[in-house]
Amino acid sequence: MKNNLIKQLLQRFTPSSRALLIAVPYGFLLLFFMLPFITVFKISFADQATKIPPYTDLISIQDAAWTLKINFEHYRAVLVDNLYIQSYLDSIIVAFNTTLICLLIGYPAAYFVARCEKWRNELLMLLMLPFWTSYLIRVYAWIGILKDNGLLNNFLLSMHLIDEPLRLYHNNWGMYIGMVYSYLPYLILPLYAHMVKMDLTLLEAAQNLGAKPWKAFRDITLPLSMKGVIAGCLLVFIPAVGEYVIPELLGGSDSVMIGRVMWDDFFSNTDWPTASATACIMIVLLLLPIALFQRMQVQQMEEAYE
Amino acid sequence: MEGIAAKVTKSPNEPGQENFIQLIDVVKQFGDTTAVDHVNLSIRKNELFALLGSSGCGKSTLLRMMAGLETPTSGRILIDGEDLAKSPPFRRPVNMMFQSYALFPHMTVEGNVAYGLKQEGIAKQEIKDRVDAVLELVQMQAYKLRKPHQLSGGQQQRVALARSLVKRPKLLLLDEPMSALDKKIRQQTQFELGNILFKVGVTCVMVTHDQEEAMTMADRLAVMTEGKLVQVGTPTEVYEFPNSRFSAEFIGSTNMFEGTLLEEDSNLMLSAELDSPLQLLHKINGNAGKLLSVSIRPEQIAISLKPEAKKHNVATGVVDQIAYMGSYSLFYIRLTGGKLIVASVSRLVTQLMERMPSYDDTVYVSWEPMSCVVLA
Repeated sequence: MKNNLIKQLLQRFTPSSRALLIAVPYGFLLLFFMLPFITVFKISFADQATKIPPYTDLISIQDAAWTLKINFEHYRAVLVDNLYIQSYLDSIIVAFNTTLICLLIGYPAAYFVARCEKWRNELLMLLMLPFWTSYLIRVYAWIGILKDNGLLNNFLLSMHLIDEPLRLYHNNWGMYIGMVYSYLPYLILPLYAHMVKMDLTLLEAAQNLGAKPWKAFRDITLPLSMKGVIAGCLLVFIPAVGEYVIPELLGGSDSVMIGRVMWDDFFSNTDWPTASATACIMIVLLLLPIALFQRMQVQQMEEAYE
Repeated sequence: MEGIAAKVTKSPNEPGQENFIQLIDVVKQFGDTTAVDHVNLSIRKNELFALLGSSGCGKSTLLRMMAGLETPTSGRILIDGEDLAKSPPFRRPVNMMFQSYALFPHMTVEGNVAYGLKQEGIAKQEIKDRVDAVLELVQMQAYKLRKPHQLSGGQQQRVALARSLVKRPKLLLLDEPMSALDKKIRQQTQFELGNILFKVGVTCVMVTHDQEEAMTMADRLAVMTEGKLVQVGTPTEVYEFPNSRFSAEFIGSTNMFEGTLLEEDSNLMLSAELDSPLQLLHKINGNAGKLLSVSIRPEQIAISLKPEAKKHNVATGVVDQIAYMGSYSLFYIRLTGGKLIVASVSRLVTQLMERMPSYDDTVYVSWEPMSCVVLA
């Protein structure tokens, strides 16, 4: 009787191999995402201090009394300061525009790759090729192309197509070129994956029922690729909001994105609490689209198993 | 067959006028391969016509050319006297039920069926009425708000049928209509589909590799191989009077005997596979020694445990295999000459025999001259 109980308890609390398998990614997330996030979250409630690290502890022990000091001031300051509000807005606008441009270029591209059976593998290879070079190096390379005496301007000047260099560097033009260039594959690949799965007899059926080709595209291809469009757009939009490197290297002062503001707070102003509060607000801001994305993916998987 | 019983009512929907659909010298080449090779065919109004052949024989390509999904390399396709070559697929009075059904997954049953009518710019109320009517016809009105993935295979097939009928096409094409269904519901569906098509009264061409399906459903059929039509006729004609070895072997199974004419203009064939000459119903024109092939259907061969007192059309053999099929049995018999033949004997007959022949029994087989079909 007693033995049985111990056996049951052991069984109850011995992790199964399935639990262990799941524990690996969760452990990873806990260690490298949750812990740093909690640290940042904690700092966002502290005060700036002239010491190392440059912030006060939340809990202090003085005269055998524990004091917990939580400071909401940074959140308040960030949320009423025009500089921060403006950079949040700028980030979202830049991310939105980037996503839109990526979609306008990426949709036809993905469509073409999905329909072009002959060159499909080569085209996919070309799409992935940039990933073989470091992202930072590729963005730096754009400086060489876009600057006043860069490749592009020198070429256009030598062809006498322009009289003076196009200003494409250190302004919004440069930033958008860099952003669209870097994020385009993230939109094309999931979209392509959706489109290539589509049953082409559906288009034949639509035509057979009297739909002209463009109408068959509008009624069949477009709605059936919508999930791919949403997945691709979120994959571009979410990281684009927090993008720091591209606006910093290619952009100018026309748009101050939130990544830049955080960087300044952390490294120039040594104001870690404000920077942390800014980061926390951004995470909340991004949580909405991420949650949406996840819900959609779950739905998709459920449908696939129906 | 049972299918005939369903067609008791005579009505204007009976097949009529010849040449409603005409294929004139149609050729289709894909690179070096000729998928359809100089096909000439005419189909009557309101007829259910089956193109029968094994995969790769060109029957699907022929169907797709009628739908306009492929362009003929040469030749013409006429519907009601009108050349189809000028009209793109979306303007043809031809609707097709696809093998995979190709239902639009993001639309409801109603949306799928209405789609074709919407392309014509028909008033909303009329669309609704016609969709309701056709869904009623295929008994799917209760499911009109479902999405295709919520339906069973048979239900999806009905929706696909409704979608291709709702535009009242001059020509309905069915691409392997039963291939996606379980064997069990296939037979019932064949009758249902046949009845619906008969009720509607539509000219229909169907493609199938299943000879039973073609024989159950079709008014006439064409046997195809290597891009050519081998034989065109009613199921009875093609089964009872095959014009070639290919159609004899493709439609049902058969026993083929090769031999030569015994003497000039005689009705006797000398065959190395048989001990006595084979007697045919009619005299064959030709010199002695002319090469002949004769087909005898398994159900035309009688077997007996006692020798037959006949001079011709008899043979002796040993039972090699027996396949018991319930209502009938297939006896595979090794003749003394070494040839393996198959005889299909109904239960009615085996019950009347003193005992059922068993493995390694010596049996005596015989057949009538009228059962011998001489092939070119």
